[in-house]
Amino acid sequence: MTYNMGEYDVAVIGAGHAGVEAALASARLGCRTIMFTISLDQIANMPCNPSIGGTAKGHLVREIDALGGEMGKAADKCFIQSRMLNRGKGAAVHSLRVQADRVKYHDYMKNICEKQDNLYVKQAEISEIVTENGQIVAVITSLGAEYSVKAAIIATGTYLKGKIHIGEASYESGPDSALPSIGLSASLADNGIELRRFKTGTPCRVHRRSIDFDKMEIQNGDDEIVPFSFETNSDNLNNVVSCYVTYTNSKTHEVILANLDRSPLYSGRIEGVGPRYCPSIEDKIVRFSDKPRHQLFVEPMGLTTEEFYLQGMSSSLPEDVQLQFLRTIEGLENVEIMRPAYAIEYDCCDPTQLFPTLEFKRISGLYGAGQFNGSSGYEEAAAQGIVAGINAALKIMGKEPLIFERSNSYIGTLVDDLVTKGCSDPYRMMTSRSEYRLILRQDNADQRLTPIGHKIGLISDERYEALIRKIKLVNSEISRISSLNIAPSDQLNDFLVSNGTAPLKTGCKMADLVKRPQLKYAELAQFDPERPILSREICEEVELEIKYQGYISKQLEQIDQMHRLENKKLPVDAEYSKIKGIRLEAAEKLDKIKPVSLGQASRISGVSPADISMLSVWLRQREEK
Amino acid sequence: MSTIAAISTPNTPGGIAVIRISGENALDVAEKIFIPAGGKNVSEMKGYTCAYGCAYDEKERLDDCILTIFRAPHSYTGEDTAEISCHGGLYVTKRILRAALKNGAVNAQSGEFTKRAFLNGKIDLTQAEAVMDIISAKGEKELRIAENLREGATYKKVKGISDDLMNMLGSLAAWTDYPDEDIPEVEPGYLLANLEAVRVRLESLIKNYDSGRLLRSGISTVIVGRPNVGKSTLFNCLSGCERSIVTDIAGTTRDAVEETVKLGDITLRLIDTAGIRQTFDKIEKIGVSIAEQAISSAELVIAVFDGNKDISEDDINIINKINLINSIAVINKSDLETIIDRGILEKYFKHIVYLSAKENNGIDKLKEEIEDIFMLNEKFFQDATVANERQKKCIDVCIDNVNKAIHAIENGEMLDAVNVLIDYAEQSLLELTGEKITDAIVNEVFSRFCVGK
Repeated sequence: MTYNMGEYDVAVIGAGHAGVEAALASARLGCRTIMFTISLDQIANMPCNPSIGGTAKGHLVREIDALGGEMGKAADKCFIQSRMLNRGKGAAVHSLRVQADRVKYHDYMKNICEKQDNLYVKQAEISEIVTENGQIVAVITSLGAEYSVKAAIIATGTYLKGKIHIGEASYESGPDSALPSIGLSASLADNGIELRRFKTGTPCRVHRRSIDFDKMEIQNGDDEIVPFSFETNSDNLNNVVSCYVTYTNSKTHEVILANLDRSPLYSGRIEGVGPRYCPSIEDKIVRFSDKPRHQLFVEPMGLTTEEFYLQGMSSSLPEDVQLQFLRTIEGLENVEIMRPAYAIEYDCCDPTQLFPTLEFKRISGLYGAGQFNGSSGYEEAAAQGIVAGINAALKIMGKEPLIFERSNSYIGTLVDDLVTKGCSDPYRMMTSRSEYRLILRQDNADQRLTPIGHKIGLISDERYEALIRKIKLVNSEISRISSLNIAPSDQLNDFLVSNGTAPLKTGCKMADLVKRPQLKYAELAQFDPERPILSREICEEVELEIKYQGYISKQLEQIDQMHRLENKKLPVDAEYSKIKGIRLEAAEKLDKIKPVSLGQASRISGVSPADISMLSVWLRQREEK
Repeated sequence: MSTIAAISTPNTPGGIAVIRISGENALDVAEKIFIPAGGKNVSEMKGYTCAYGCAYDEKERLDDCILTIFRAPHSYTGEDTAEISCHGGLYVTKRILRAALKNGAVNAQSGEFTKRAFLNGKIDLTQAEAVMDIISAKGEKELRIAENLREGATYKKVKGISDDLMNMLGSLAAWTDYPDEDIPEVEPGYLLANLEAVRVRLESLIKNYDSGRLLRSGISTVIVGRPNVGKSTLFNCLSGCERSIVTDIAGTTRDAVEETVKLGDITLRLIDTAGIRQTFDKIEKIGVSIAEQAISSAELVIAVFDGNKDISEDDINIINKINLINSIAVINKSDLETIIDRGILEKYFKHIVYLSAKENNGIDKLKEEIEDIFMLNEKFFQDATVANERQKKCIDVCIDNVNKAIHAIENGEMLDAVNVLIDYAEQSLLELTGEKITDAIVNEVFSRFCVGK
């Protein structure tokens, strides 16, 4: 028996990092939104590492913030240590990463959701979706409550038919011992959605008092802390904890190798595909047998707990083996496990079933986000959450969809990779996945995306105007130093030589000096008495825009070329196998992916430039008819 | 849309050949590679007008040509178009195309001129089907060529270089994307050394390119010399039959004769020319001008001198007319007493051979010198060669980016910028094999490095 429990615009199924951003975006855009979670105590939980950001992931967080999402602000409120990674490798790959207080982060996000207008947070397991004529119309809980909806976003993470493996033992479960979601998979399959099985894992948590930190290397946060959110004031941000580094050794490896037969990964009991970038320690030792040691990070889980996370030691070996191999490691000789490491298998979809709005091609109004789409990571999940939330709301409001581009964001790159190429193992964002990374820097995410956020209504006029002022200041300073003449002087030449660069023989522009890799904009201030007082962010922008000018203009050229293809929209109902001259293999791929533009079509593997030519001729032919 | 260029005439030697350049920068490209004889400015030429002049690759003069200008929309494609008509040798034609590619044009894809003509409304809808047939047929053909390529030595060699670049990119990506992991730091010195090595290998592929092509289609060879030094005897000696009229009377050979001969592994397309000398004989004059034309487009010039005589003013005139880089001085009549001053020839020629055409003596030595000029040594025959202009262009782009990356490292630029240049270099090689670069790097990282939580 089912009973009606009301009408909503958007239902979000799951309240992890994807679900929360999806629900907040949809509610903030004015849609009556209901977010379901199996447990209210798991909202925005971090069942794996207690950290936000990292390479490319930090970029995603800044982009989510620039669009008006919540993750960056939450991380700024709840971090206990902050580091800008990759300093010294170039601005394009600077990435922010923080250790976060897991419990505080959950509390913060839960409360933000509770206080959000238009957003209703509900503890319930959705076990069925209802469709009519290919359109989502309702969702039903395991108790039989039916909610009528215009759109639904599936953000089930690792809950969907979740199964935990620890050694020979296995049981149905969500992460952190939460209940799994059981019924929904069958309902999705009934509606023609193809599901697959992925697996991931998490290391054990150990007690602080059982760790000998004196035997480990210490890793401290940055002195000068850069926040994630463009709206967070960077004053009064402090590191309050340290992390530690130690290593496995040959004894650790012996223990693991001697017990491989007790691992479900090696005995074949796990059928799900695990992520390549997140191998368990047993995987690392088997695959990289020549490596004498592997690094592990010992990270605090928060300020109100004694639990520590052992990054790098994900495992599905039995609990006794875990304890045995951990105790071979320096500093962990007396370690006390509080939660054992486990592997978790779950159902997810093949993301090529989705449009770049993350809407299912075969079910109008049904969206997918996060691990359900085959990705991995809190940040990847949150990024898809905001994309799905925005697009569900835009669709309900009868507005044009918002498709993020590879050339404007890592978010666009992530979504395009997923829906165009699909993934054979859980997808992690990496800087090397972006061909435009000198433009997609974390420092300019606001310039790239805040105007978009403002246009759709997630960014206030006030914030938008502040951005416009910032951009004006950056541009006027760039033009000032580009026309500022600098004459050679003994003092300047001494400075140049002492910085390892050639002295001036004739005059040049200040910008020419800033362009030299050996010189810093800030240090050149002594030769620039007229320089206005500018904030750290603005100085950074000015310096980067000038230093990377040549590269940036080349990438802009490539983007321009790509846009011509992106702007050629392909009809959703195209029957590619009927288009003359397209090779069979390409037609099959095109029919499956249903690309929205020639640009997307050109990135499908197996579609050749000749096929793209055919498509463009066919498109024109169609227009003329 | 980009500016495209291609050879629009059949890929066989002919009387003339046409290189077509189309797109918004077509006239700019033409201006950079073509200098009108009258000092006209290409960019100021009106549509449907021609100019006589020379095609250049940078400073190197390639051929006398006619340039025809079409202004958009009054052209086949509907875009600004420049057509360069040159002498129909394969070598010259390809050199001109290459110069266009160097100066901003990109290789036209299969059927692209026709496609553009259609997209710009120059061909009506009923013709669209035909356009699609063309593209699809050519697409298939290119695909087959690409597939064949995968089997060959070139592919292996390109793949080897590409693997090396990918190795660097994988190291950079792992080091960048996993900053906290135990990943070796990527030192600029390591990149520099590897990039230099890659550059050398790429350059050898390109060097082989011309030789490889020459090997297949034959080296167009001109035998020059003042009358009666034994050119025709040498020609006949090489071709093994009496083709030219051989007499003792100076000026007997009056027009160019062509003959394909095999000299071991080398194919020569021999053009015997009338003896070049100051002459008042009308018919002989025509022969002389044909000879001069043949010389300017030849890939190899064999300059014959009479070893039994002193170097004359006519000899010096000839030397001044030929491109010395691709020339061999043959001191003929080695069966007779040697009077000629070798020292004078050494001032001009790097390659000098003594032979007796009459006695069929010293031909082996000539063959060795030809092999030397075109680097057709034993190693070459084992080495891969780049097969076509498209592949060559990809490798050129790769070299360009490798050079930029080397320069950026030497200049102390940040590794993220250097990394992007190496990306571009690798991208251009992967174009040959059809892989997508970002996927390839990610695969590389996961297969080589032990990273993750």
